Amino acid sequence: MTRTVELDLATPGLDAQGQPTRMPLAASDLGGEHLLLNMGPQHPATHGVLRLVVELDGETVVRCIPHVGYLHSGFEKLGEYRHYNQIVPLTDRTDYLSPMANNVGMALAAEKLMGIAITPRCTVLRVIACEMSRIISHMVWLGTTSIDLGAFTPFLWAFQERERIYNLQEMWTGARLTTSLTRVGGLMADIPDAFVDGLRKFTDTFPNTLGEIDRVLTRNAVWAGRTQGVGVMTPAEAINYSLSGPMLRASGVPWDVRKDRPYLGYETYDFEVPVGEHGDVYDRYLVRLEECHQSNKILQQALTRLPDGPINVDDPRVILPPKSRAMSDMEAMIFHFKQVMEGVKAPVGEAYVGIENPKGELGNYFVSDGSAKPVRWRIRPPSFINLSALSKMAEGHLLSDLVAINASVDIVMGEVDR
Amino acid sequence: MNSQIPGWLRETVARDGETIVYVARERLLEAMTWLNQTPGQDYDYLVDVTAVEFRDRERPLEVVYFLRSLSRRADLRVKVELDAAGDLAVDSVWGLWHGADWLEREVFDMFGISFHGHPDLRRILMWETYAEGFPLRKDFPLRGRFSRAEQVRQALNANPEAHYSLDELSIADAWGDLPDDMRERLKRGERGVVPE
Repeated sequence: MTRTVELDLATPGLDAQGQPTRMPLAASDLGGEHLLLNMGPQHPATHGVLRLVVELDGETVVRCIPHVGYLHSGFEKLGEYRHYNQIVPLTDRTDYLSPMANNVGMALAAEKLMGIAITPRCTVLRVIACEMSRIISHMVWLGTTSIDLGAFTPFLWAFQERERIYNLQEMWTGARLTTSLTRVGGLMADIPDAFVDGLRKFTDTFPNTLGEIDRVLTRNAVWAGRTQGVGVMTPAEAINYSLSGPMLRASGVPWDVRKDRPYLGYETYDFEVPVGEHGDVYDRYLVRLEECHQSNKILQQALTRLPDGPINVDDPRVILPPKSRAMSDMEAMIFHFKQVMEGVKAPVGEAYVGIENPKGELGNYFVSDGSAKPVRWRIRPPSFINLSALSKMAEGHLLSDLVAINASVDIVMGEVDR
Repeated sequence: MNSQIPGWLRETVARDGETIVYVARERLLEAMTWLNQTPGQDYDYLVDVTAVEFRDRERPLEVVYFLRSLSRRADLRVKVELDAAGDLAVDSVWGLWHGADWLEREVFDMFGISFHGHPDLRRILMWETYAEGFPLRKDFPLRGRFSRAEQVRQALNANPEAHYSLDELSIADAWGDLPDDMRERLKRGERGVVPE
């Protein structure tokens, strides 16, 4: 039996109000004949090994069931068998698009647990690390999302900028991706001589690229048409679903951990927190783009105020003595031996530190029973929690909008699955 | 100060300065509803849900809720203690905070703690037929329970159809099962509402 379905097709273009016109949804008299569509885990638009089982009515998403866990590595379990400093390399591999910020988050929680106050130079260097991470993470987000929505050029520009930060990270830590930057009570290395000049050059020229991206995308009819009004979360919904980071702020909730729970002296920097008003994919784009401008501003201020001095706390119980002293000085050798063999012991208790990661609030929660290894290391994974709202956001949208919505969550599966 | 919370047992202060309130397991939902809805408390944001098992087998498991009031800029940590030998179950707070959906599923997946009233309590990070137990429990060895050979054998014998749950396979017939309001919305072709 054949059945004719009349579709009222609109001509793509602008309507009387200057808003891009939309294709109407497929008529729902197909009701009852739903299609099961599997998307992923190997699919370029799922940004990693995410699998979505989608129930479709025509082209409309009725239900979207995400399946995660393909990249589960048991980091939290591994952390229970490692000394605090040995956990740092694990944090590189969770949100691998902003490794330095993860290192900082974990170190801050361990230091809070142990009651260690870090040096002024270390504080500023960690701010630089966090803001560099924010820029590269947002650049990856922007590049991949624009590709998902059919714009190829911004991808190339964004990845060029990311490359420049990666060169700086390599200069600082010797690694581009697995930086393992922090140690409990300090950093693994001070910045090299050419770093400040290199970063200053970056901060001088980076806004030009942001301007170009803005010019290509922000008022682009295709971009606006694909993103405006798509995947809307109201402020109340965003709070109820525990969204954080740009996802929460795009919905109009002005919560930024850097402003509301300042750490690393963020309260002394002059920067704005962009907040959206519609909570759709377009606003998430605007918020992230503006965050790059603000991060650039913070980087410039941090470079100006970067103080001289030691990067590590002066406490031989947590910081390894220099190798030369460990080999010649009896006391230094004992501390060296104890730290390597026994690790740094944390007092009994627990500590949670949330930091504003590019994806949202990254929490590190340590519970200690007094030994050198945590009883429990919990990562509050921002993109895992943001992703849990995907079904809600996708419901009732077109399948092609699902790609835009999924991209706008800014997931990284290493962190979702841990 | 916090002792008006229903089911309040005791409270301590964590090393990061945050207040930890222990509540009775039977009255958890009551306490959470009170914290969420009482004016002056307004804990409208659920930061995280997790569980802790100590190396000391005598100590009970703890389910930890990190609450936040965005309007008051205040945090609170609520804990429920569970006897490891007893019934590992608490009430779900999904009705108050939908963000608890995946978080509670993860605690269930990793610790085997059930959440009564959760709409869809399935494993989330491990696969649905995973049979080795609950990975974050202290009696779970770091290498896993099954040998590598056994794991490979199970993987090779897996039924590819098992990648879909029964729920998903029945989707073609699922239209009638949708909630009425959702069906109406989808029929109208509504694409979500832009807030004013």
